[in-house]
Amino acid sequence: MIEFHLDTRSGLSPYQQLVRQVRQALRLGLLCEGDQLPTVKEVVAQLAINPNTVLKAYRELEHEGLVAARPGVGTFVTATLADDSLAAHGPLRQELRRWLARARRAGLDEESIEALFMTTFRTASEEDIA
Amino acid sequence: MSAVIQAQGLGKRYGQRWALTDCTLDIPARRVVGLVGPNGAGKTTLLNLATGMLAPTSGSIRVLGGRPAEGPAQLAKVGFVAQDSPTYAGLSVADHLKLGARLNPGWDAALARERIGRLGLDPARRAGKLSGGQRAQLALTLGIAKRPQLLILDEPVAALDPLARREFLQGLMEATVEHQLSVVLSSHLVADLERACDYLIVLVDSRVRVAGEVEELLATHHRLSGARRDPTRLPAGQHVISASHTDRQTTLIIRTDAPIHDPAWTVSRLSLEDLVLAYMGTPNHPANPGRNHRPTLEVQR
Repeated sequence: MIEFHLDTRSGLSPYQQLVRQVRQALRLGLLCEGDQLPTVKEVVAQLAINPNTVLKAYRELEHEGLVAARPGVGTFVTATLADDSLAAHGPLRQELRRWLARARRAGLDEESIEALFMTTFRTASEEDIA
Repeated sequence: MSAVIQAQGLGKRYGQRWALTDCTLDIPARRVVGLVGPNGAGKTTLLNLATGMLAPTSGSIRVLGGRPAEGPAQLAKVGFVAQDSPTYAGLSVADHLKLGARLNPGWDAALARERIGRLGLDPARRAGKLSGGQRAQLALTLGIAKRPQLLILDEPVAALDPLARREFLQGLMEATVEHQLSVVLSSHLVADLERACDYLIVLVDSRVRVAGEVEELLATHHRLSGARRDPTRLPAGQHVISASHTDRQTTLIIRTDAPIHDPAWTVSRLSLEDLVLAYMGTPNHPANPGRNHRPTLEVQR
């Protein structure tokens, strides 16, 4: 079972944050096929948010084919986003750590590192689309 | 689904002063409605009209299809937690539950006991000896155990510290799922309600300034900023809610159903708080510039 949290400064609406957290958990293998998501009542009681926010997030995940609702029982994971690429996470993380260390030695602070990563990331994704 | 509250030209006057004017609402069922406005805007008056504690001076109001406080059946359908979560200081927690059971035909004793147990409240303790948060939870327990279809709460979290406030809203949201409650709660703090409500009413200076589904309100309101220009020359269908100018820049908050095509504007999303502030900061009668009223809103994170 996973636990949701909300970040008020993320710029994403609460429902988008819930959807993203489930996808993230699927990608990282924290959630697998057959696992149950917290019930609407549990999420609502934990985060003090509107029930419709949770329902909307679960509906979207259902629409994407990632989960299915079993009436009266709960919502269950029906697909996985973690594939063979999960095995590549370890080595990639290692490389990224080495890169971060190099960036710090070069005098970049956290904000500059984040800015550099995000701009490069965006440019690269745009090139991929084009 | 039928409406929980329907008001037509509803008004309430105290002597010369109108506490609520020309209020027309149609609130669908199964919503958590946030009633927001500065102190003295008329929130309590509206809630008291909905519970039947006050009679309207003009117009009409129907709650769950009936006249407020019309008879025992109507009274059983609506729960009300008044301002400052009133409890009887000299009575124990158990006394309060006994009182609830005697006064309410649909009383759910098991629910009340379970909730008091979960909150860790000692049944023998007098309400006067409870903390503010515990007293609010006791009042909420009475409101829920009555098993109403609609629960109305007047400023339920205003006097609570942040932790107690969170715990109170957690309990309230859980109850809305469990018992399919419709809820109307008021607050002068938008931030308190931002996550909890899916329907919003902004009341300023005895008038409803805006009311609607939160999602729809957020989708139709935008902040436009760009080089200074005259806000009266916007395309039809773009309604200016608030405008501010520096010598070079104009920033507008507008309401529109259509997409914004003008490339000269930088368009950004509003938070619910921005939206409420925009409505609170604008005078009631744009045609009356002599009126320079600017209600203050406390913003607390």
